[in-house]
Amino acid sequence: MTVLLSLSGVTAFYGAIQALRGIDLIVEQGEIVTLIGANGAGKSTLMMTICGNPRARAGQIVHDGQDITQWPTHLIMRRGIAQAPEGRRIFSRMTVHENLLMGAEVAGRSDISRLLEQVFALFPRLKERIAQRGGTLSGGEQQMLAIGRALMSRPALLLLDEPSLGLAPLVVRQIFGAIRELNRTTGLTVLLVEQNAYQALRLAHRGYVLVNGSITMAGTGAELLARPEIRAAYLEGGHT
Amino acid sequence: MPGVIALRDAFLSAIVALGLFGPLVGLVTVTGDHGLALRARPIATAAVVGMVFFGRLMILAWRGQSPRKTNRALAERIARAGKYITPLLLVAAFALPFTGSRYYIDLGTLVLTYIMLGWGLNIVVGLAGLLDLGYVAFYAVGAYSYAILATTFGLGFWTCLPMAGILAALWGVLLGFPVLRLRGDYLAIVTLAFGEIIRIVLINWVSLTNGPNGITGIPRPTLFGLAFSMDGGPGTFGEFFNIEPEVIQRIIFLYYVIFGLALLTNWVSLRLRRLPLGRAWEALREDEVACRSLGINVRNTKLTAFGIGALFGGFAGAFFATRQAFVSPESFTFIESATVLAIVVLGGLGSQLGVALAAIVMIGGLEVLRDLLSILGDQLHSPFFGDIANELPLYRMLIFGLALVVMMVLRPRGLVSGRTPGVALTKTKEIAPELVAQGRG
Repeated sequence: MTVLLSLSGVTAFYGAIQALRGIDLIVEQGEIVTLIGANGAGKSTLMMTICGNPRARAGQIVHDGQDITQWPTHLIMRRGIAQAPEGRRIFSRMTVHENLLMGAEVAGRSDISRLLEQVFALFPRLKERIAQRGGTLSGGEQQMLAIGRALMSRPALLLLDEPSLGLAPLVVRQIFGAIRELNRTTGLTVLLVEQNAYQALRLAHRGYVLVNGSITMAGTGAELLARPEIRAAYLEGGHT
Repeated sequence: MPGVIALRDAFLSAIVALGLFGPLVGLVTVTGDHGLALRARPIATAAVVGMVFFGRLMILAWRGQSPRKTNRALAERIARAGKYITPLLLVAAFALPFTGSRYYIDLGTLVLTYIMLGWGLNIVVGLAGLLDLGYVAFYAVGAYSYAILATTFGLGFWTCLPMAGILAALWGVLLGFPVLRLRGDYLAIVTLAFGEIIRIVLINWVSLTNGPNGITGIPRPTLFGLAFSMDGGPGTFGEFFNIEPEVIQRIIFLYYVIFGLALLTNWVSLRLRRLPLGRAWEALREDEVACRSLGINVRNTKLTAFGIGALFGGFAGAFFATRQAFVSPESFTFIESATVLAIVVLGGLGSQLGVALAAIVMIGGLEVLRDLLSILGDQLHSPFFGDIANELPLYRMLIFGLALVVMMVLRPRGLVSGRTPGVALTKTKEIAPELVAQGRG
């Protein structure tokens, strides 16, 4: 397997506050890798740092053999990396259709219809809602839209930031099912940030545990699930 | 008990009205024997307070009968009427000069100038969501560009028009750079300052702009090289068409020039909204972070919005200069920016029709109100109202302000608040792939 994305010794700051303390992380082609951790551990920061906002202060981010550490965000996103950001951030006054078209802005306009059909095949609900404004969708549909919008740029690497946030267990299962399906059929590489550790570790091939801006544990999903300290810290209170 | 509550409510409103109108209406200064003296007008005050009292009662009674839902019905009716309003307005605007009344054509020209400014600013504020309080700066740059180019190099209007637009767009981009990272209030303050800076530079750079005295003798536009001069000599409009030269011909020509320019602005805005660039502007207004994460170059997108908005401001400015044949810094005060912004906000951010309607109401309506009030004042010459009839036209700003407040209460998101999608679906459920490929699905 080839390495698609690698981070080595990456640090990031918000002003004077250090949010990431030397992150080493590897995502291989075709993998689903998950990053779990408590609130404020730096999961979302890590995701945003990969996208160049905030920029890494030290260390190196290499994507597909190219050092992208100092690249501006919009150019990073044009390299086949797509993000469904935390809190979905869909364009609420624009229609579902327009939201999806915004995602295709990077890819060019050549085969938009085929891309749309792919997204609709994955999330049939979006097709029903195509003319509706983004803001009028339910939480689950908005998350589907955020993922669908990211997929419209034909990414090789999909970054998902807490897709389960505020969603009912059934909807979470549906969305995770879609991610697994995508990975299996198209070989899409996924880096998934999650609070819902149980679901995320079951879905992922490998996982990293982030505590206070440092990676404390790494391993396959099954390995991490079996670790007693993981069970104690992230899985108490029942599985959903 | 609703009756008692309504009475108490109306009574409280009347007390507030008394406090407000007591000094405004109830007292008048007269020139007495020993200088100025105050005279009380209890009857007029009582009439106004009474109007408020019964008006409030009526509103409460009406509201009690039809709770809510009227707003939605109204919105739907406006949306449906919108289909007919647009062609109707176009025909009316086209036919206006045939009335032959100089007053109405002049008023129409003024309204169209503001419609054009509104549409230009709408690109920046309505579509891209960048609150610009200094739009008058680009209007000024356009006006002075034409004035200076025409008076120093002897260039004609049609040569200078694109140059004025480009210069204004350049300033738009220049302003855009330092404010790229600002949003909302902060952006508003910086753009406000920019508008003032331009005006102060115009006042103080006497060698170029002739300072507060302004620039006179700006040439009028020609119709394919035919001038509209009164002497009827060779190469003039009157000579070519073999008709008696009249001032009204030039007025009508100017009207059609601004009509064309406004239509151009509208056409470009509508086209842009369907293109990826226009969609990116709207997405930028919704969520800048999401835009960036979708690979949109936020800097360029913002700068093009500032640039294209300023371009149309510059066109309108050049037209203003040629119509007045005179420009001075006084014409480019903050109140102009505020008026144009009010037109955009009142019309409903992002709505082309709304902006046009708001400009008609705000600019045209205010004039019509002045006339109406003078006519009403003439009719009211009775001892009961006394000299309040003479002052009636002076109340137009008060009435206008009241209308704005009522409007914001009834339609807080502007006259035409519904946003039409840039890509409209022909069918709701099924979309044909070939339509999508063309960007229409």
